[in-house]
Amino acid sequence: MDWILFLYKFVFLIVIFLITLVVAMYSTYGERKVAAFMQDRRGPNRAGPFGLLQPLADGVKMFMKEEIIPTTANRMLFILGPSIAMTTAMLTGVVIPWGGTITIGGREFSMQIADLNIGILYVFAMVSIGVYGIMIGGWASNNKYALLGSIRAASQMISYELAMGMSIIALILTTGSLSLHDIVEQQQGWHWNIIYQPIGFLVFIICALAETNRAPFDLPECETELIGGYHTEYSSMKLGFYLFAEYINMFISSAVMATLYFGGYNVPLIDQLGLSQNTVTLLGSLFFFIKILVLIFVFMWIRWTLPRFRYDQLMNLGWKKLMPLAIFNILATGTYYYFTAFN
Amino acid sequence: MQTLTNRSKVVSNKKMTFGEWIYLPAIFKGMSITLKHFFKKKATINYPEEQREFSPVYRGQHVLKRDEQGRERCTACGLCAVACPAEAITMLAAERKPGEEHLYREEKYAAKYEINMLRCIFCGDCEEACPKEAIFLTDRIVEAKYQRKPFVYGKDILVEPVDADKRIDVTKRQTQNVLKFKQNKRFAHNR
Repeated sequence: MDWILFLYKFVFLIVIFLITLVVAMYSTYGERKVAAFMQDRRGPNRAGPFGLLQPLADGVKMFMKEEIIPTTANRMLFILGPSIAMTTAMLTGVVIPWGGTITIGGREFSMQIADLNIGILYVFAMVSIGVYGIMIGGWASNNKYALLGSIRAASQMISYELAMGMSIIALILTTGSLSLHDIVEQQQGWHWNIIYQPIGFLVFIICALAETNRAPFDLPECETELIGGYHTEYSSMKLGFYLFAEYINMFISSAVMATLYFGGYNVPLIDQLGLSQNTVTLLGSLFFFIKILVLIFVFMWIRWTLPRFRYDQLMNLGWKKLMPLAIFNILATGTYYYFTAFN
Repeated sequence: MQTLTNRSKVVSNKKMTFGEWIYLPAIFKGMSITLKHFFKKKATINYPEEQREFSPVYRGQHVLKRDEQGRERCTACGLCAVACPAEAITMLAAERKPGEEHLYREEKYAAKYEINMLRCIFCGDCEEACPKEAIFLTDRIVEAKYQRKPFVYGKDILVEPVDADKRIDVTKRQTQNVLKFKQNKRFAHNR
């Protein structure tokens, strides 16, 4: 057993978890600020300078609230629901390459917790299990609105996962690997996959919005029809977990998008600056986080621009527009590689 | 037909063009609009630190004025209570004793004068009814409280302080037109 590697992975895992939580925490703040700015308001600015302590205040509020479990609810599943949502949201970050390799004391360490050779499939698996969190929570509440919300969430996520998978297949045709590390390494410099797969990216970002249950696809939790959807019966930190899981999902899907389509931790033209390996790695990680934050901003920007879909429109878009588009994309990519790569 | 504004659009159910059908141009247009608003000047202000200027005729918390020598002007005639559409004002009259001439301007005064701020609709009829220029509405805001009881304001809150520098300024509401109007009491009282 390599104890140094084990220790490094352990510390790195905790750091990544902490970063994920902090980013998710401040996404709630960012969301409210972006919403306010786009509506010509100021947003939270009372707690601390510029309202920066607002997430802490929200967290304290969530913990202090009364914890209610309805008498007709299934107690075990009711608690299991938010736990699954939170756990699966946290687990996805494991396969994302947060940076290149860093050299400490003559040893090379990878800034990725686990370089699975089927990294993309792992992400998809985790996202699929995330649906269970919502479904179990909605069902265990024993409330018609919660059940309706969770059914909507389940059918929506399953429908959009198909189109998402199709867009990924086209991407894999170009990269030839399922490992996220390899995919990033192939996007050196300006060879970002968005240039080669614009349609795939379009399908992917729309599906990512739907997968994370965000506007304009936030039907599972629409307040106006379903009084909150699957988390209607939830209170206190269990509700907090659901809301928090949504922001973690947003962060992770931004990270996945940055990895798959925007070159991950690659910085264009950084090789020509003549920096040391460690500096390049750290700069790359920084650049990766900037890409993620920009994508999170785009998520919020879309939320505060577009109105919510009607349910039939949602299904129409998923099955009748995105699916054919993704299949066409696979065909076009396949045809292109058939006539170029194998001749 | 002549339209009222030039912004009206003719609605039709024509078949969408390809550009409209894919919705993306419309989405980008909408997103550019929201981004423009992102950098715009904010419509709101940081309230307790910054405050907007009040209108000169703003009707806020009442004040019971004293005259130049610091004597209460109110004679407890009850015209304000009669004029009050919300029945928010109650008072109790008392006779001025010898030696109290420095406290009350006339022989009769209000021993108790209460306005229920929860009932008050801040219409300003009390001010209009007052023949003694005693009650005015000011640009002060009635404070929020957790209980109902403290909203019944007594003389301790309503009467202005004696000190000349702590007097409440009502010159904005006591213009020449108002004074002229008040001289002809017929308009205000016999309604």
